[in-house]
Amino acid sequence: MDALLVRLIILLPLAGAILTGLVPLFMPGLRKNESLISTIGTLAVAVPFGMVVYLFLTFDGNAFVATFYTWMAAGDLSVDFAYRIDQLSLIMGLVVLGVGTLIHVYSIGYMHGDDGFWKFFSYLNLFIFAMLNLILADNLVVLFLGWEGVGLCSFLLIGFWYTDLKNSAAANKAFIVNRIGDFAFLLAMFLLFRELGGLDFDTLLNGVDTLSSTTVTMAVLLLFLAATGKSAQIPLFVWLPDAMAGPTPVSALIHAATMVTSGLYLLARMSDMVLAAPGVMVLIAIVGALTALVAATIAITQTDIKRVLAYSTVSQLGFMFMAVGVGAFFVAIFHVVTHAFFKALLFLGSGSVIHGMHEVEHDLEHEGHDTSSFDAQDMRTMGNLKAYMPATHITFLIATLAIAGIPLLSGFFSKDEILFMAFQAGYNGMPVAYAVWAVGILTALLTAVYMTRAYVLTFRGEERWPEAPSIAPHESPLSMTLPLWTLAILAIVGGYIGLPGVIADGDWNWIHHYLAQDYGGPVADLADSAGFSLPLALKWLLIAIGGGVAILGVSLAWVAYDREGLAFDDRLRERLGPLYGVWEVKYRLDEVYDAALVNPIRDIMGQGFAKADASVVDGVVNGAARGAAAFGRVLGRIQTGVIQRYAVMMVLGVVIVMALILFV
Amino acid sequence: MTFPYLLTLVIFLPLLGALLTLVMRDVSTVRWMALGTTVATFLLSCLLYVGFDPAADPSVPQFADVTGPLISHAFDVKYFVGIDGINILLVMLTTLLGPIIVLSSWHYIAKQQAAYYGLLLLLQTGVLGVFTSFDLFFFYIFFELTLIPMYFIIGIWGGEDRIYAAIKFVIYTMVGSLLMLAALLYLGYLAGNEVNAGVFTTDYFNLLALEIPLGTQTWLFLLFALAFAIKVPLFPLHTWLPDAHVQAPTGGSVVLAGVLLKMGTYGLLRFCLPLFPNASFSWALPAAVLGVIGIIYGALVARAQPDAKKLIAYSSVSHLGFIVIGLFAFTIEAMQGALLQMINHGISTGALFLLLGMLYERRHTRLMTDYGGIAKSVPLLTFFMVFSVLASAGLPGLNGFVGEFMILLGAFKSTVIGSPGLIALATTGVILAAVYLLWMLYRVFWGPITDQANAEMDDLNGREFAILAPLAALMLFIGFVPQPFLDKSDVAMQHLLDTVEAKQASIAEAAADESPAPPAARAAFDGTTFSVETNHRPVP
Repeated sequence: MDALLVRLIILLPLAGAILTGLVPLFMPGLRKNESLISTIGTLAVAVPFGMVVYLFLTFDGNAFVATFYTWMAAGDLSVDFAYRIDQLSLIMGLVVLGVGTLIHVYSIGYMHGDDGFWKFFSYLNLFIFAMLNLILADNLVVLFLGWEGVGLCSFLLIGFWYTDLKNSAAANKAFIVNRIGDFAFLLAMFLLFRELGGLDFDTLLNGVDTLSSTTVTMAVLLLFLAATGKSAQIPLFVWLPDAMAGPTPVSALIHAATMVTSGLYLLARMSDMVLAAPGVMVLIAIVGALTALVAATIAITQTDIKRVLAYSTVSQLGFMFMAVGVGAFFVAIFHVVTHAFFKALLFLGSGSVIHGMHEVEHDLEHEGHDTSSFDAQDMRTMGNLKAYMPATHITFLIATLAIAGIPLLSGFFSKDEILFMAFQAGYNGMPVAYAVWAVGILTALLTAVYMTRAYVLTFRGEERWPEAPSIAPHESPLSMTLPLWTLAILAIVGGYIGLPGVIADGDWNWIHHYLAQDYGGPVADLADSAGFSLPLALKWLLIAIGGGVAILGVSLAWVAYDREGLAFDDRLRERLGPLYGVWEVKYRLDEVYDAALVNPIRDIMGQGFAKADASVVDGVVNGAARGAAAFGRVLGRIQTGVIQRYAVMMVLGVVIVMALILFV
Repeated sequence: MTFPYLLTLVIFLPLLGALLTLVMRDVSTVRWMALGTTVATFLLSCLLYVGFDPAADPSVPQFADVTGPLISHAFDVKYFVGIDGINILLVMLTTLLGPIIVLSSWHYIAKQQAAYYGLLLLLQTGVLGVFTSFDLFFFYIFFELTLIPMYFIIGIWGGEDRIYAAIKFVIYTMVGSLLMLAALLYLGYLAGNEVNAGVFTTDYFNLLALEIPLGTQTWLFLLFALAFAIKVPLFPLHTWLPDAHVQAPTGGSVVLAGVLLKMGTYGLLRFCLPLFPNASFSWALPAAVLGVIGIIYGALVARAQPDAKKLIAYSSVSHLGFIVIGLFAFTIEAMQGALLQMINHGISTGALFLLLGMLYERRHTRLMTDYGGIAKSVPLLTFFMVFSVLASAGLPGLNGFVGEFMILLGAFKSTVIGSPGLIALATTGVILAAVYLLWMLYRVFWGPITDQANAEMDDLNGREFAILAPLAALMLFIGFVPQPFLDKSDVAMQHLLDTVEAKQASIAEAAADESPAPPAARAAFDGTTFSVETNHRPVP
């Protein structure tokens, strides 16, 4: 029964992708039937969601594996299509399918009227199929199938509106940068297979003890590099902000709530191995902290609402990597969950805003305005949307406060737990963790500031588009606001699955008890096994600091931007000087990569090799041919056609041969 | 169902069709006859596929037809063809591509159709003979037989520089195969003296029974390997390929990429490795290095091409590099992957050439700058192109991934190549493949349409759909269910590997007894059988 459910959970989204994609591709008549397409597409995700809920509710604590069939086998290699149901995959399944269902519903309204409506739903279904392979896989190879599959869907959806080459370029960038991570993933598999002879999780995790420390370090380093690609960390985060070229529901589903967290999932799944490489963990913590800070500083300067959210996602993912770095894997997953709620909500809210601003753009065009420079995503043309889009406004505000970490909302609990774990790791003898904690606090302050800035510039102040308020946006349809409200509720209460240790001595931290190995779950738990615990008063102090900076950041930014609006950006620019400039140009990372890597490889090596291939490698060949031809012409002169001369040569030849035989 | 001479019928049915074209004048009749012949050949070969027992003794070819000795009893030269786990899939690939190539030429070939289809059919007989011959004399004849039709196909129906490309193709390949002929004759006399009572023999199994001394092995290996490396083509012997591909008509390119290149990798696997095991071990690392250079170099040069067909031609150089690495890894995972990858490359690169041919038929240009944004006007063609590109780039779930993954996984742990770092370098090929293929899509299919001719292009017609659909279905099927295909060759490949390893060890031991190695190296030899080749580095 349960195995059958697992099959259906995996296969229904695939069936959905075929029905909404392949069938209309060959039967164009179906393409315009939005209600049919959206019904199939949404059910293909909603039904599996119901099944995962059932599995979750009936789960008895014993992990089980459902095996479909053998994918490939030769020698020691034997890879099955096998799926593992345990606490970790259930949590991820609930998030992916739950948020996924809401975003499918939202897309019905958002994509209404688009020529590619059918294609969009097909890609979304295909994405869910791939994501389920990723999180349910029982071995690294099937996980990799999902890993590259979500990358493909991301590529297809970023380049969804392919008539604009900017989008297609962003899609290529995303796929290629991700492939750099995938390259590391492949090497990790090759290495682990050579050492352990298998790639299923039992073999890998039970075999950790038999590995040399060099091998473990190398393997974890490679897995982490893979994770930096998919989960957009330094050095590979550059693709994510550009990925915002895709339709907004995609940004919510793929580039915020689900796909980008798969790097974290991978490390949590392999947590027993990660723990065996403490050196790499230090690196992970540092990279996470740096990424969080760098992305937050860029976010402050962005004026495109989706780009603010994109950098915010990079930054929040950095927080999750900090958690992994200090060994708090379950906390990373906790933040994955709450982040999925409030970040999906923020993106969907921004989508609702963009939807409204497109309406404004359309009306302006109708009135005869030149709208070629109008940008529906630019916060500088928004303002006071609270008056026109009340549902979007309230839900966006909730999400803003949640991500900022205002006490008692979801983001507060998970972010606070990460900071707490970092501090505790420092206390337990990992000095760098104190620094990570400090960077985390600073980033939390910045988060509160840039998110409040985005909220205020969008929803408060005065309308900044032309002809306001006679031309004005309207609230989005119910299919879009319903998912907003649902996510808003989750963004408020989602944090209560992980109440901090100061309450009931940690007994009410459900997600900890559910996931951690100390309580029978699959995820390693360094924090408890270390055995040290902070004094209670210090714990409270840390919580106070965490909540305090959130409140401080929100209040400061609220007052500043509500009073001065856009002008405050200029004040910041003046006050911070070159620092602000560096943030504004995003540390010039794209340019550096282009100059240091892309251009040398593409232009110097690529073009150079191509020229060398024609002139040198082929030149030798043609040279040899010409040489042979010349030699032939020389021989040709001897072939005079004069019989007597041939006879002389024959005689000469015979003499020479005889001489050789006789005298040598 | 099976009957005597089934395999011979499969091999020579296309030749029969080729003869028929001599008496046919009507274009339509010729086309339908060619289609009928290739379809019949494919269906008959399906009997081979179904009847083949992969679990049977791998040292006995199935469906074997033996006649001979043919010339005189002084020469043990036989017509000896058969099917085993190593060639069954390649035979199927050849017969499957037959009708597809005929269909792709339907309108593309606009002159001297009778001659074209005759040569195409002759070519198919040649290729099938190459894959099934268990007598090296006949292998050689078939190997050379494939040259002639291909020469004319490029030279008559090719592009602007067709004569240059055709001559280059023939001379380049001939140089290699003549050297192989010399080695083959030597081998025949050697085997005659050693294992066949003094009678010259080219029977594969007689040759296989030989234990050739190290020095002789080395130069025999090099002569054979050179012929095959040119065919593969292995860097730096590849420059005939882009010219041949670009100039050849679509059908020619598909045969070339689909099966002709595989004659090189097949030759390495069937002959070089088992006949010259010690030399193969010694040269594994150099071969793998050339494979890796081919992967990276081919990919970078592909990225720089303005001509879409040339881009895909260079991608073959890159992809075949993986196969060479897999063959020389001497692990079952990598070798099974390499064999499957031969099929995969035939399918996906074949599809890419077919698609480019369809574009060429519409717009008569191969330059990517002449296109742009055509996803809007030809959505179905775009779908198949994206699909084939993803297969070619090794996306999991499509066929290319399975082969590449197994090759690299197996090569990484290979102690014969013994260089994980080198395999890591080879793995960068997965990044580079995405780079050149995605930018090809970008330039041809995405963006706004700027040229009216591109806006008015027709999407796929029924014939074109019928060509592409089976290939796409196979890409997906092999991607998710490769095991039935791997099972076909599993026993045979393991047997081949065991044979190679046993012979290698035995010859190395004999050599070590004769001429004591330096003390340090001998110590290493005691532990493992393969490290001994360090004492017998090939004589240049």
